[in-house]
Amino acid sequence: MPRILLLLLAVPLLAFAVAACGDDGPSEDALVVYSGRNEDLVGPLIERFEQETGIETEVKYADSPELAATIIEEGDASPADAFFSQDAGALGALQSESLLGKLPAATLDKVPEAFRSAKGDWVGTSARARVIAYDKRELQPDDLPASVLDLTDEEWKGRIAWAPTNASFQSFVTAMRAELGEEQTKAWLEGMLANDVQPYENNIAIRDAIAKGEIDAGLLNHYYVAEAIAEEGKDYPVGIYEPGDGDIGALVNVAGVGILASANQQEKAQRFVDFLLTDASQEYFADELKEYPVVPGVEADPSLQPLDEIEQPDIDLNQLDDLQGTVELLQQTGVL
Amino acid sequence: MTRRAAPPALLAAAGIVAAGAVLPVAYLAWVVLGDLPQWWETVWSARALELLLRSVGLAVAVTAATVAISLPISWLTVRTDLPGRGVWSVLCALPLVIPSYIGAYLLVSALGPRGELQGVLEGPLGIDRLPSLYGFWGAWLALTLFCFPYVLLPLQAVLRRMDPSLEEAARGMGCSGWAAYRGVVLPQLLPAVGAGALLVSLYVLSDFGAVSIMRFDSFTRVIYTQYRSSFDRVGAASLATLLVLVTLVILWLEARSRRSGALHRSAPGTARPPRPIALGRWRWPALAFCAGVVGLALALPVGMLALWTTRSISGTVEWGAVFTAAGHSLLAAGLAAGVAVLCALPVALLAARYRGRWPRLIEGGAYLGHALPGIVVALALVFFATRAVVGLYQTLAMLVVALVILFLPQAIGAVRTAVLQVDPRLEEAARSLGRSPTRAFVSVTAPLLRGGVAAGAALVFLTAVKELPATLILAPIGFDTLAIDVWRTTSVGFYERGAVPSLLLLAVSAVPMAILVLRERSDA
Repeated sequence: MPRILLLLLAVPLLAFAVAACGDDGPSEDALVVYSGRNEDLVGPLIERFEQETGIETEVKYADSPELAATIIEEGDASPADAFFSQDAGALGALQSESLLGKLPAATLDKVPEAFRSAKGDWVGTSARARVIAYDKRELQPDDLPASVLDLTDEEWKGRIAWAPTNASFQSFVTAMRAELGEEQTKAWLEGMLANDVQPYENNIAIRDAIAKGEIDAGLLNHYYVAEAIAEEGKDYPVGIYEPGDGDIGALVNVAGVGILASANQQEKAQRFVDFLLTDASQEYFADELKEYPVVPGVEADPSLQPLDEIEQPDIDLNQLDDLQGTVELLQQTGVL
Repeated sequence: MTRRAAPPALLAAAGIVAAGAVLPVAYLAWVVLGDLPQWWETVWSARALELLLRSVGLAVAVTAATVAISLPISWLTVRTDLPGRGVWSVLCALPLVIPSYIGAYLLVSALGPRGELQGVLEGPLGIDRLPSLYGFWGAWLALTLFCFPYVLLPLQAVLRRMDPSLEEAARGMGCSGWAAYRGVVLPQLLPAVGAGALLVSLYVLSDFGAVSIMRFDSFTRVIYTQYRSSFDRVGAASLATLLVLVTLVILWLEARSRRSGALHRSAPGTARPPRPIALGRWRWPALAFCAGVVGLALALPVGMLALWTTRSISGTVEWGAVFTAAGHSLLAAGLAAGVAVLCALPVALLAARYRGRWPRLIEGGAYLGHALPGIVVALALVFFATRAVVGLYQTLAMLVVALVILFLPQAIGAVRTAVLQVDPRLEEAARSLGRSPTRAFVSVTAPLLRGGVAAGAALVFLTAVKELPATLILAPIGFDTLAIDVWRTTSVGFYERGAVPSLLLLAVSAVPMAILVLRERSDA
């Protein structure tokens, strides 16, 4: 066989080989964290973790449900060691697939029972309330409905934003299914769509769109607005409205963390979990992000409505693990 | 054309490339069709039908608009005395370097309900909100503005080479200018319009960035959302196979129309350039039209970007992160370009020099990427890597493979043209003078292919560096590229952090574009 042709045969093979060698994936003993929380919010905290412990940490940032789906798809081959989720639902979904390992009691006991897995697979790291954020230039709190269920009224046509791929939104829908049942939730979702609800990429995008005056109000977590008010001052044009009387729109959820059963770096992952529950980290959540700390003894920001004054619905966070059912409903209705 | 049968090693090399290009998608089809009832349920549903109508509707509307813009501009810039027509030609090609997600984002920022334009109008006119740009019309506007060069460039090329004597004969026999254009020029342009329209419609069907920014639920956006949110990713894959079917139908329609269109082709043009037509008082509306298109498609986005860049540079730019991302972009696109031309060589040699069932089949297989949206290739590779070859998962190699599959056709096209221009008798002469086949190829043919290979690599680099959906899904952990950075900032904080990487991305892709346009002009 002529040499030139051998050469040609070798070329594509060589090329693939070269491409394969050029790989610069995470180094072998780095801790791999899948983070459903935004890099802008928790990036500095993870840097602090790296500095304090000297543990090299690789983070994959994406939406929590996407990461949960990815871990389920990856199964035991998942490169992830810890899953830092924006909500309890995505953690619950992994727990029901038995993909999370048990956390030690010493870790779990730092946090009140309401904010952790009943089975001990995950622990909450900070709490947050669902709110309606609104444009203060266009609306007064009195204009807003007592319940999110009323946002399907003609009055709100085209004026409301939501973020359907977002974990906290999906958890809220899961809670609604648990509280009101499948049919009523479906009717509400369809009503919102018929009312021309505007989908955004995430909570921050909703907040910024309200601040710009692009849309009047949106469903999101309290701290996105609280943090901006702290930064921009009293004149910040976005306000927080808390639906009252145990409305499902006032759900209190947690961000949380779990360690994968298949983790290669169990010990480092455990240090990461414990790091998130230290007073310093809890103060970071409280002071920098304006979330509610979950470790007793650390105070929430005084500008926030105290957590125990929120008239929250009667939902146990362990009920939120049917993320899969929620996603199916969202797809079926065309929300996703 | 050599009539010999292709050498087995060449066939094998090209065959491996083609098989590599086909394999992941074949695997996707196999996974999806494994559960035929579920596939049917997904595909044969009101939701899927609606998606189909939306996507095809958008593709048709954008294609029609790009043709409507390109026909007058091509004629004005090639055949008339439009002032500065050379400059307009170059300016009208440049929107191609603007990635659709950046362009669409900038359009929304400029013309959206509360964009810069509204800010300007609010003072004097008291307009506090412009009509929404989101949805079908926003996607239509963005894709039309950033895709029309795909139609314009081939039209200009044909017009430049067209024999003016036919048109002159028609005029001589008493036809008006318009009748001559419609009766003589337009039919000759049709094949080029068809080729351009094919590129545009395939691009629109595969576009992810613009439709996402404009929140228009087309196939790609829904596939991506389903992929991200579903625990069962077979649903997303089922929709992906439906999308591939649509693109294959379009390719088939185009191939059919080309066969009948061949009747209209004229003999090659003369060396004599046609006399430019004097526009007279039509000069000003013509100028205004060109300026309007260039203004919206180029000046507006680049101007916005430049403005924001100066603002954000005076603030804080994380240069370290930007340079890391730029490095990753260069690495991924560079590897893709290199691997793609290497893979293209055997396929192009085979396709240009040998005939028969196998060469045709292999070329067809290698061209598959042409019909595949990035999101589909990415999905296929995720399935392939999580279920079949686990070692490949979340590596740079996987991203490079995806980019090569997607853009291999461009490399093959460029290299194939170059191979066709080399007379095989040169190599045969070298062999008859005692050179071995290898040395004959290396010393005679290879140097002549350099230009084509460079052009192919530049084309692949240009498209790979701004590629979004496959990069988004396949990039390994921590491997943020400029495209990923920019994409992330389109939902949050573009103003502070997205402007600099966007401008860098434009600069990086403008260089190969300039090389290509200059080459084309020196050829013409």
